[in-house]
Amino acid sequence: MSLYGEKVAEHAKNPRNQGALAGANATGEGVNPLCGDRLRMQLSLEDGRIAAVRFQAEACMVSVAAASILSELLPGMSVAEARAFPREKLLAALETELRPSRVSCAALSLQVLQTALK
Amino acid sequence: MRDVRADFPLLFQKPLVYLDNAATSQKPRVVIQAMQAFYEQSNANAHRGVYRLAEAASAVLEGAREAVRRFVNAASADEIVFTRGTTESVNLVAQGWAARRLGPGDELVVTELEHHSNYLPWQRVAQQTGATLRVLPIDATGALAAFELGPRTKLLAFSHVSNVLGTVQPASRLIQAARAVGAVVLIDAAQSAPHMPLDVQQLDCDFLAFSSHKMLGPLGIGVLYGKRERLEETEPLLLGGGMVHDVGSSTWKAPPQKFEAGTQPIAEAAGLKAAIEYLESIGMPEVHAHARELAAYATQRLVQVPGVRVHAPAQEREAVVSFQLDGVHPHDLAAFLDQRNICVRAGHHCAQPLMRKLGVSGTVRASVQVYNTREELDLLAAALTDARTAL
Repeated sequence: MSLYGEKVAEHAKNPRNQGALAGANATGEGVNPLCGDRLRMQLSLEDGRIAAVRFQAEACMVSVAAASILSELLPGMSVAEARAFPREKLLAALETELRPSRVSCAALSLQVLQTALK
Repeated sequence: MRDVRADFPLLFQKPLVYLDNAATSQKPRVVIQAMQAFYEQSNANAHRGVYRLAEAASAVLEGAREAVRRFVNAASADEIVFTRGTTESVNLVAQGWAARRLGPGDELVVTELEHHSNYLPWQRVAQQTGATLRVLPIDATGALAAFELGPRTKLLAFSHVSNVLGTVQPASRLIQAARAVGAVVLIDAAQSAPHMPLDVQQLDCDFLAFSSHKMLGPLGIGVLYGKRERLEETEPLLLGGGMVHDVGSSTWKAPPQKFEAGTQPIAEAAGLKAAIEYLESIGMPEVHAHARELAAYATQRLVQVPGVRVHAPAQEREAVVSFQLDGVHPHDLAAFLDQRNICVRAGHHCAQPLMRKLGVSGTVRASVQVYNTREELDLLAAALTDARTAL
């Protein structure tokens, strides 16, 4: 029995694209008011497209896994597409049914992405 | 203490280990019935009509006020103001008393343990008046560090029991220090009223604030106790029906009516009275002993679990214990415990200054009430052992 499903557990244990991004030209930061968790996302934008993403988090498994999964989906995307990235798509990519109280943990990474792309 | 679990419908129907009592407690059947009885037998507006049903509604409201007076041993029921809860009570004193009386150079003093509801209202008063907000630090053991108040200290506000650590503040020492410099004292009793016998005359505080819903009563109603002369100095926050003598000259009624504009939550008042009578039927000394005994037992069990770090483990505590499990985020742990029907709170508990001091973004908090048992704390300890391998 896994608390949030296999995919979240695996990404939380081995987050992809974690750390600082050298040469980043867009940065966003955010706090989850539910728990005070912090997430920082750095992007490298080239010709209106996302070339690279890295994030740093002091956060729960759901937040870390969502940021990790999002970081794999973003590269190659246009800035306009990334700005409009649907929340449902990220939630679906977690492959688990989150409790209503935890949706904000997953959504933190999207909120931080929007801040970075403002 | 007698086994009271069967008195609580929600706990009786479900296999639930409810350990989030510092957030809100469950309600005994007598409280729910008292509220229903008001609607079925006495529902009318209080202090308005001259017919018998309206008088019955007024009697319910004033009967609740008298029960609260007895519960905190106030000198007069006129010193008991009904509010929506601790938050509103503190805001009433901040805006109705402090904001009108403080100025540049004056000092408001709180402790590092405060809940945001006993911090932000004073922060605003400081911004409005030019007064300084000073925070008394806690030391590494979780106890209040040595402190001094000064001649410009006009108000001292502190939580009686920390909502995060469960530690008890040295109320009499704080109040004596305030008296020595002529400062007014507000006690945030949100976490002490549910568990400790309170005597406002013995404490000699000016104001004391608490909520019904943490002490087995209904949501939506709370109390501000104020010494008569302090309440007379305080301006109401809400203006409206039932609080004015003469509209032309804006002369308010005497306390407590001047603070109770608009229709009051009479059913909730009836429920609060029933909660007080229920606690009194157990006996507040017994309730208090139970809260201390279980908090000490929880601490003792939790420190034995590998990877668990209890905050302020050596301090005297009431009903509440906060801890970390190494390598596990508080929310992930709370979600894991929920799978075993164990309800705990995880997060910053509306006490961000204290979280900074503890060096964590959040803690896991277990808090007990009259219906909790040692066996439930054993279940918590066992689940923590499993969580470490599962997460």
